[in-house]
Amino acid sequence: MNIAEYKGIHVFVQQVDGKITSVSYELLGKGKELAQDLGCDVTAVVLGSNISHLSKPLAKYGADHIIMADDPALEVYTTEPYTQAMYEIIQAKTPEIVLCGATAIGRDLAPRLSARLHTGLTADCTKLEIDAETKNLRMTRPAFGGNIMATIICANHRPQMATVRPGVMQKTEPDDNAQADVEQFAVSNLSECQNVEIMEIVKKTGAKIDIQDAKILISGGRGMNAPENFSLLQQLADEIGGTVSCSRAAVDAGWTDKEQQVGQTGKTVRPNLYVACGISGAIQHLAGMEESDIIIAINKDPDAPIFEVADYGVVGDALKIVPLLAQEIKKLLAAQ
Amino acid sequence: MLNIVVCIKQVPDTNEVKLNPETGTLIRDGIPNIINPDDKSALEAALQLKDKHGAKVTVISMGPAQADDVLREALAMGADETFLVTDRAFGGADTWATSSTLASAISKVPYDLIITGRQAIDGDTAQVGPQIAEHLGIPNISYAEAIELDGDSVIVKRMYEDRYHMVKAKMPCLITALAELAEPRYMTPGGVFDAYREKEVTIWGRDDLDVATENIGLKGSPTRVVKSFTKELKGKGTVVNLDTQESVDFLIEKLQEKFVL
Repeated sequence: MNIAEYKGIHVFVQQVDGKITSVSYELLGKGKELAQDLGCDVTAVVLGSNISHLSKPLAKYGADHIIMADDPALEVYTTEPYTQAMYEIIQAKTPEIVLCGATAIGRDLAPRLSARLHTGLTADCTKLEIDAETKNLRMTRPAFGGNIMATIICANHRPQMATVRPGVMQKTEPDDNAQADVEQFAVSNLSECQNVEIMEIVKKTGAKIDIQDAKILISGGRGMNAPENFSLLQQLADEIGGTVSCSRAAVDAGWTDKEQQVGQTGKTVRPNLYVACGISGAIQHLAGMEESDIIIAINKDPDAPIFEVADYGVVGDALKIVPLLAQEIKKLLAAQ
Repeated sequence: MLNIVVCIKQVPDTNEVKLNPETGTLIRDGIPNIINPDDKSALEAALQLKDKHGAKVTVISMGPAQADDVLREALAMGADETFLVTDRAFGGADTWATSSTLASAISKVPYDLIITGRQAIDGDTAQVGPQIAEHLGIPNISYAEAIELDGDSVIVKRMYEDRYHMVKAKMPCLITALAELAEPRYMTPGGVFDAYREKEVTIWGRDDLDVATENIGLKGSPTRVVKSFTKELKGKGTVVNLDTQESVDFLIEKLQEKFVL
């Protein structure tokens, strides 16, 4: 492998039902930063069927070039056709870095692809930077449930591959005038790659707002004591225009849905305001929310670790404070 | 008969891992080692298929000598045969080298279906399962919440964030199990007795596997950890201890200061 032959950054753009997943824009933003340090371009690679409408938003969010593999076999994600398509594109284009969202698709595709390419892959990165001296990609990720951070390099293999957790990187400001050239890439024998047949697709109905998109999160943990007390959180969320999320304890207790879980084994969030109610703040929870702009913590235990990251901490019973807070906010907003 | 291979990893129970505040290193003394939860779900799913359809369940673990414990536990739960892949030559492996080593071990036994956990709680990478499948050249289905057999195929409920797919693949194939796939059974006293007195854990070292030296251990690992550290938490803000009304007044004042209200 001649490492010098590998140039440029590829971002795997995840589309589902013809819509681009948010993390892909975040990766384009990060890719652009890295590209500046390397003096190279960012290429968005998007696979699917009838996807030409996706080129405009990709240019807008920072792609210099776009590669499209448009094929009926790529309409819905399955491992092998996607792996083969990405493999052929990477073999042809030899990028030095390939970024993927750490989603249920990315965390299946990227490992399979890295094994086929015989290169390294670092999962669930929360920080990516270029080493000033060696120009290697330094990939930092949490391990041991968020207790420890590790910085990893892939010095002698290319491309350097990383998956990145959704919600961690920042999108760039969209530029409506941005242009990107589009290349159609024909993948060979895709129909022969289909070794898994999709029999049925069942979408979860009544899906709540994705907590990663919420500007305000009202989050509950074990201290909420019972599932019915989550309605107190919902009342506060309704008054303040927020969304209800939770800690792992609340999911483990069966009070809420895993969809709403913040933390290392849940989702990483960075809302403008995060209100932690009855959440003690295990390290694995903090790992998922400490980047929030403003953190409020309400907890009975003055020694709870959540207070270590809170901008404003209130020692007290969330079951009493939350409903009163909702009431006072309602009064205040009505008066305005 | 159907041959099912399950890969399990011994991990420290990270829910109980604490940091030494002075050195910033993990305190592992006294932390119990367990079968990784997703792997235990994979094992249970294999045992349920065995109960229903008849199958031989072979369990493979790669790790240090003390990983013998988790294989004994697998035997006590009902596994038929177990192998411990252990050698200093395998040490320091990243997911690429680990999967290449495990794939080479698996190829020594007959298999129709391989089930691994989705991810381990110490590394959380979710990489080794799909990578094993790639090394073996068989299909993989990740994030399984249900598995059914249908002749020479498997039907799997494959989970995504906002949906699931029911998918079908011909065996041999590899499935990665979510913890929700199967609630692990308990070991029986007789099972525990047999696991330690009657049954064996076969040890496989470097020379037992047909795998190239450049594809194992630290040397066979494309990635390298160059630094590990504890995360610095954002500085502590203002904490107040007031009555309920005063607490609410304090929060409202702060929310107004920050223009949230």
